Amino acid sequence: MAEKKFEKGKMVPVPSHSIIPERDLDKSPILECSHLGIDFGGLTAVNEFNITVGRTEIAGLIGPNGAGKTTVFNLLTKVYQPTRGTILLDGLDTHGKTPAQINRMGIARTFQNIRLFNNLSVEDNVKIGLHNQEKYSMFSGILRLPKYWRQEKAAHERALELLSIFDMQDLADHQAGSLPYGAQRRLEIVRALATNPSLLLLDEPAAGMNPSETAELMENIVKIRDTFQIAIMLIEHDMSLVMGICEGICVLNFGQIIAKGTAEEIQSNPTVIEAYLGKQQ
Amino acid sequence: MNKLTKKIKGLKKTTKVDFATYLGVILAFVLFSVLRDAGVLNRSITGMLVPICAYIVMAVSLNLTVGILGELSLGHAGFMSVGAFSGVIASQSLQAAIPSAPARLAIAILVGAVFAAIAGTIVGIPVLRLQGDYLAIVTLAFGEIIKELINCLLVGYDSNGLHMAFNLDGSLTINDIGMEPGGMAIIKGAQGATGTETIASFTAGFILIMITLVIVLNLVRSRAGRAIMALRDNRIAAESVGINVTKYKMMAFVTSAALAGAAGALYGLNYSNLAASKFSFDTSILVLVYVVLGGLGNMWGSIIAAAVLYFLPEALRQFADFRMLVYAIVLILVMLATNSEQLKTLAGRVLPKRKGAAHNG
Repeated sequence: MAEKKFEKGKMVPVPSHSIIPERDLDKSPILECSHLGIDFGGLTAVNEFNITVGRTEIAGLIGPNGAGKTTVFNLLTKVYQPTRGTILLDGLDTHGKTPAQINRMGIARTFQNIRLFNNLSVEDNVKIGLHNQEKYSMFSGILRLPKYWRQEKAAHERALELLSIFDMQDLADHQAGSLPYGAQRRLEIVRALATNPSLLLLDEPAAGMNPSETAELMENIVKIRDTFQIAIMLIEHDMSLVMGICEGICVLNFGQIIAKGTAEEIQSNPTVIEAYLGKQQ
Repeated sequence: MNKLTKKIKGLKKTTKVDFATYLGVILAFVLFSVLRDAGVLNRSITGMLVPICAYIVMAVSLNLTVGILGELSLGHAGFMSVGAFSGVIASQSLQAAIPSAPARLAIAILVGAVFAAIAGTIVGIPVLRLQGDYLAIVTLAFGEIIKELINCLLVGYDSNGLHMAFNLDGSLTINDIGMEPGGMAIIKGAQGATGTETIASFTAGFILIMITLVIVLNLVRSRAGRAIMALRDNRIAAESVGINVTKYKMMAFVTSAALAGAAGALYGLNYSNLAASKFSFDTSILVLVYVVLGGLGNMWGSIIAAAVLYFLPEALRQFADFRMLVYAIVLILVMLATNSEQLKTLAGRVLPKRKGAAHNG
C-alpha cells in the first residue's frame, strides 16, 4: 500500500520447501529464514528453522507449550540475536539490526503478554506507532511551527482511521490501560499496523477472547491482509482460527519444525498428532 | 463570549490543563508583583521570590526526567551548580561589554543552560545506554564530583580575559592565577563566587518559568514527547514500534539538564556570595521531593509543590528548633492525603465530571 522506506535487495528464488499461496508465487517472498537457531547457554531453544512467507500470506506458527514459537518471533524482531542462520526481509539481510531498526525495515509485532503504553490515551498509543512516519524535529514541536500542526493533524486523522478497523475510534480518548482485555489486544494490532509494516507478527491474538470475539478477529485479520496487502504471521492456540484463516502452517516442537503445509495436511499429519496428543499405544 | 466558552469546551483535556497552568503562573506573578509593590510583603518573602522561581524551574525540569522519562536522577543540583557558576562567570566577565543587566542576565542564563547541557550529555552518553537504576547512581556521583571540582576552582577576570586554575593540592590562592593587580576575582575556591553583581529579578524568574513550561509542555505533547513517554511505559514495546531508545532518553535528559542549568544561573545571580556546597545532595533530594509530592509527570503539581515547600520552612519559623520536624510531618501528611482512597472517592463525588476518579486509583 505505501512506499518502501528501504531499497529492495536482490530477488531471492522461492525455495522448494515453501508453502506460499499461489497468488504470491511470482513475487519474491517477504520473509525468508534459513538455518535459523539460538542457544541459551547449553540449551538449544530453536534450531534449523527454515521458513518462507509470501507477500500477502497469512502464515500460522503452532506447537505445544514451550515449543519455541515466541522465541522465533523474538528472533525475527531481534529481541534476541540469533546464534545461527540468516533472516532475509524482502531480500535484505537483517544481521546485527536492533529491534527498532527491524521495525523500520518493515516488521511489526504484538506481544503475548500485552505491552501497551498504559498511561497514555488510545490515540497516543496509535500515534506512537506513527512515530517514524511523522517527520518534524524536536524544535518544530516545541515552537509549534506550521509543520507541527500539519503533521499532528494528519497523524490524528490517520490514527482514527486505523482505529476504525476495529471500530475503536470512539475509545480514542480513553486511557489504554483501562480498556477491557480484548480491546487492549486489538489496540496492540492497530499500533503495530500504524508502523506501516510489510510483515505483521501476531503473538496469540485471540488469547482470552470468547468464540464470537475470535470469529470477529478472524474476519478482521483477513480484512487487514486484504486492505494493506501485507503478510501476517501468527502464533495461536485456537485451532479454529489457525485452521480457518492460515494458508500455510508451520508446526514447531522442541525448537524444531516438525511439519509444514496447508491446514488439511497438518491436521492429518501423524507427527503433529503425536506432538500434541502423545504416541498412540 | 458564548463562542469562546464553546471553543474552550471543545479543547482536549490536556490542552486545557496546559492553559490553566500558564494562566495560574501569570496570575501568581501579577499578584505577587502587585503585593510587593504595594509593600504588603515583608523582606524575607520578597527575598524568596527569585529562589522560588529557580526551584520551580528545577522541579519542572526534574519532572521531565523522573515523571516523563521515568529515570531517577539524584544529581539535579549538580546541573544547577554547573549552570550557576558558569552563569556567574559569564555575567561577571561581560560586565563591561554589556552594561544592560537584563541582557546580561539573559546571556548568563543561556550560558548556564549550554554548560549544563554539555554536562548532561557527558553523563548521559554512557549511562542512558544501560537499563536499570544506573542513572541514579551516576548522577548521584556526578553531583558530588561537580561540588568538589567547583570547591577547588579559581576564576578571575582582567583585561586579558579569563584566568582559571584548579587548586587541587590546596596550595594556590586567587592571587596565583596570573591576574593583573586590578583584576576581579569571580570564584574563590571553597568560598565560591564572591562579589557577584546580583542582577536576577522576579520578572526574569517569571519569564524563565514561562519559557520552561512552553519547552516542557510542548515537548511532551509532540512526537518526541510521546516517544519519551512510550519508553517510560514500556521500553520493549517502544522499540518494537521503531523508537530509537538512546536518542529519546538523551533528548529528555539533556533538555532537563539544560533547564536546571538555566535555573542555576538565575539562582546564582541572585546572591552576591554563593558557595558550591549549596548544591549538595540535599538540594537534589529537596527538588525530588517537590516532584514526587507534586505528582510524577504533573507540571502544575511540581510548580505548586516547589513554591509551597520552599516557603514552608520560612512559615514554620515560629516552631524554632522543631521547624524541620514539623516540615517532615507536613510532608508525610500531604503524602498520605494525596494517596488516600477515601479522599479520591470523595473528590469523585464532589466533582462528578472527573470520570473514573473514584475507582481508577
